[in-house]
Amino acid sequence: MTATAAGVGASAWREAVIERIERRTPRVVSLFLRAPLEPSEAGQHVDVRLTAPDGYQAQRSYSIASEPGAPLIELAVERLENGEVSSYFADIARTGDTIELRGPLGGHFIWRPDDAGPLLLVGGGSGIAPLMAILRHRARTAPSTRTLLVYSSRTWDEVIFRDELIETDARDASLDLVLVTTRDRPRRPHDLARRLDRDALHEILDRWSENPAHAFVCGSTPFVEAIANALVDEGVRADRVKTERYGGIG
Amino acid sequence: MITRGFTGRRPTDDSSQRLPPGQYREEGFPVLAKGPTPRVDLATWAFTINDGPRPLVRWNWSEFMALPRTTMTRDIHCVTKWSKFDTEWEGVTVDDLFAAASITPPTEYLLALSYDGYDTNMPVADLVGGKAMVATHFAGEPITAEHGGPARLVVPHLYFWKSAKWIKGLRFTVRDEAGFWELRGYHMYGDPWREQRYTNDP
Repeated sequence: MTATAAGVGASAWREAVIERIERRTPRVVSLFLRAPLEPSEAGQHVDVRLTAPDGYQAQRSYSIASEPGAPLIELAVERLENGEVSSYFADIARTGDTIELRGPLGGHFIWRPDDAGPLLLVGGGSGIAPLMAILRHRARTAPSTRTLLVYSSRTWDEVIFRDELIETDARDASLDLVLVTTRDRPRRPHDLARRLDRDALHEILDRWSENPAHAFVCGSTPFVEAIANALVDEGVRADRVKTERYGGIG
Repeated sequence: MITRGFTGRRPTDDSSQRLPPGQYREEGFPVLAKGPTPRVDLATWAFTINDGPRPLVRWNWSEFMALPRTTMTRDIHCVTKWSKFDTEWEGVTVDDLFAAASITPPTEYLLALSYDGYDTNMPVADLVGGKAMVATHFAGEPITAEHGGPARLVVPHLYFWKSAKWIKGLRFTVRDEAGFWELRGYHMYGDPWREQRYTNDP
């Protein structure tokens, strides 16, 4: 086993208490969970299990948005149309409820403080969640690592973690943030209002003028497919591009 | 443990018989891969079967396409929890690959190897007896690059990470050697009906 593999006990289901629910955007809530899990690494996920009175169960995977070692585990849950589990979290779950959790899981989409920079993070929609864990971890453990976050959302109001991202960008000289809105006007000098495609990415990377040593891409399947291919065309080594694709239902 | 207020959306009867524990039915076809989709050129594509380091057989694309072809319609189950029913694959069964090269499996395990450096391990017994194929077509069309084309392994009775995309060969191994995801917290065998998702699952 590598050091990154899910450790002993990561597979066991644990009870997790919802300590707080915070609305992030009209369709996204953050759940803050207290659970006896081993510390995560930045980029990992947990599995969530819900059980109905007759024993019927549903499971989903959610990326961890909180920093490794944070006292509460933060999951950013987007309410999907007909989402069996996401609509439970959006409409029914409340503070004090208990759900089941296992993890942390996943040994590939992981950033570590000693990874060489520059670091490129590209997220689409709720794909920001594991990148948020990376950003938060980086801010504390490797703040001088040159980092660019390119984050695409439909509208300004759907930018998850917007305030925290803008504040971090403002006080962190080695971090660059480009917010891309596909159906809204740009709000800040270097933000873009367009689809984040190959050309847009080229323009953004050109302005950044760093060669990423590591890239993490997370979002819907078509988004990740397009971005990952474009990054390889931009000269980023394919084995340094780590991807996480969201299936898009549930 | 009952979750307060959760009722769930139960699948139809037909679905519930066919859904392994913890899975839900997906009508689309999501993609899961560790990195960018590799570009594989048919002009240089080859499929090789090795016994450890020793090559036993190598086919180029046109030779491979001349091997006996089979179609197989199966339900598939991804460890990320989606299942897709009645997926239709066409390609060459592993039985036919072994027969064409007169191979008697020299060991009990193998690794499937891919063009992007990915690999995944399984017992040889899980690839023979009509259980698996190297597919070139999905639903009657060539498999697209993002779904593993030009050729991918299809082992539908195991979680779908075992069905290596962009496959370039099989390598017999003496021991059951962990592959890419198996080294990163995922189960060595991966039976969806026993819910063997992660390393320590029974």
